[in-house]
Amino acid sequence: MSLLAVEGLSVHFPGHAAVREASFAIEPGETLALVGESGCGKSVTAFSVMRLLPANARVASGRILFDGKDLLAASPAAMRDIRGKQISLIQQEPMTSLNPVLSIGVQIVEVIRRHERISRKAARARAIELLDLVSIPDAHRRIDDHPHNLSGGMRQRVMIAMAVACGPKLLIADEPTTALDVTTQAQVLDLLDGLRHRLKMAVLLITHDLGVVAQWADRIAVMYAGRIVEQGGIAPFFADPLHPYSRGLLGARVDVDSDEHYLTDRLTEIPGSVGSAAAAAGCPFAPRCPIAVAECRRALPPLVAHGARAVACPRVGPPPSDGEVARRAGGVMTPSPAQTRALPHRNGEGSKA
Amino acid sequence: MTVDAQLADLGSRAAPRQGRRLRAFLHNPTFIAGAVILGFFVFLALFADWICPGDPQDMVAQPVLWPGQDMQFPLGTDSLGRDVLSNLVYGARASLLVGVSAASIGLAIGMVVGALAGYFGGRVDALLMRLVELFQTTPTFLLVVVIVAIREPSLSTIALAIGLASWPTVARLMRAQFRSLREADFVMAARSLGYSSTRIIVQEILPNALPPVIVAASVMIANAILTEAGLSFLNMRDANVVSWGGMIGDGRDLLRTAWFLTALPGAAIAMAVLSLNLVGDGLNDILNPRNEP
Repeated sequence: MSLLAVEGLSVHFPGHAAVREASFAIEPGETLALVGESGCGKSVTAFSVMRLLPANARVASGRILFDGKDLLAASPAAMRDIRGKQISLIQQEPMTSLNPVLSIGVQIVEVIRRHERISRKAARARAIELLDLVSIPDAHRRIDDHPHNLSGGMRQRVMIAMAVACGPKLLIADEPTTALDVTTQAQVLDLLDGLRHRLKMAVLLITHDLGVVAQWADRIAVMYAGRIVEQGGIAPFFADPLHPYSRGLLGARVDVDSDEHYLTDRLTEIPGSVGSAAAAAGCPFAPRCPIAVAECRRALPPLVAHGARAVACPRVGPPPSDGEVARRAGGVMTPSPAQTRALPHRNGEGSKA
Repeated sequence: MTVDAQLADLGSRAAPRQGRRLRAFLHNPTFIAGAVILGFFVFLALFADWICPGDPQDMVAQPVLWPGQDMQFPLGTDSLGRDVLSNLVYGARASLLVGVSAASIGLAIGMVVGALAGYFGGRVDALLMRLVELFQTTPTFLLVVVIVAIREPSLSTIALAIGLASWPTVARLMRAQFRSLREADFVMAARSLGYSSTRIIVQEILPNALPPVIVAASVMIANAILTEAGLSFLNMRDANVVSWGGMIGDGRDLLRTAWFLTALPGAAIAMAVLSLNLVGDGLNDILNPRNEP
């Protein structure tokens, strides 16, 4: 059973749909990267899992199964017990995510004592261990520092310490390194990856940086205009992207090994701009798609299995037949047992780029 | 060791942030001036029995002695032969007591209403804000007069009345603070860690929302002292308690012949209110995060 299974999730804001029929699953202990450009619904998807959507947002349909329980049906009190204990969130902006008037020690102790019956003293000892765990030097002294004494990278480490304080099964990292510089980014992501193995938790990594995905994720789900258009293991994704949008994304990168340089050659671009998620019928990528046909503009292409992967494009041919029969039977990805077996193949560690 | 050196020493031993705060207090002349004057009045109020033993309302000498006329009564006596100095000292007690308790009542109501309205928004906000507007459209002083007139004009009634009339300001302030802070990333983080609304309001947002409220509190105390003086002047006062406003009211009849009977308590009120405003201004500078080095 998947640790987290999001099935046909649609989230509506007044006037537009931010997420449409999104389905994906995370297995225990794996890192799934949710990738897409700004405004495509990545964060909204993550916040729906936490049930922390803004007041004007509404989950129109779908199920979010965590450990087999439907989070959308959980009571607010039950949800509060899950947050921070079973599912944790790391936000984008470490500079403002810590309470400026409380010392970091107090804030970590608070989290531990919120979810576990433990004395203040024991919780403080745990907090020091946690700060040690996230490689903050001199943890026993830094614990009494206030957030403004710490740099951005340090604050993000403290946020991570708080997030993993109660040993969550799932960690949602919403662009955890966007606000940090590149060297700090690598350190923080290495730290997250190390913690994931050590604490045996799954990570939902939200990012728009394909370099980060290639280095730190096991599987990828590409979002475009509120829909998941492609899903699969990292190695096959980077070797042979299926969806025309994915191809466009990978084509728009500068490859270190090639002779191309952005000063000498023009980068490949995806023509046009991201359409509104509220666009009428048809594939939302069709207006920008180089291989779109009339059929694409008529009906929303469902996400269908493609070998061990899944893609939402009718123009993608069947997977090369290597014994396994192409399962392009069609239909929305629903939790039918056959499909759950066919779709989320856990990639081994060796698949990492 | 001088007091300054002791304080500096204390500052260096405390955590860095507290040290910086303490230095900020010590380097703010406005705050220091206000605090010294206020401290003087607080001292008078606390040790009134010791400074001027005996009932201040006793007739102790012949009426209308001018200040300096009889060194036993350095500030003279009033039309009933009561010691003016003793009255001023005990008056500090009544005025500060009313000021602080009225401000506390106002703060308590205002903070709860403002926090709830600001945090929850929507219907709760609309409802509570209509209530605030209801109070705000009534002239404050009139409201106080009406409440005191309905009940016995005792010190506690007066404090309650002033508190009831002054909470809307605090409520609006708190609401504005909570409205902006509830969107803060650290509040989102707190929710993602499973904290309840109560906990987020009390532990996460409130400490961050306090600085402007603390500043407002000092001004509220000043206003409450003024209002109490006004009430006493109108004879809506606790007859068993000496207050500055009451002294002005009593001295009114002799304004032309013995002006010191109104001028002295008037000066005391002015100084007390001034000191509270200075403290408020100083706190405003010190607590303003933009001024932090």
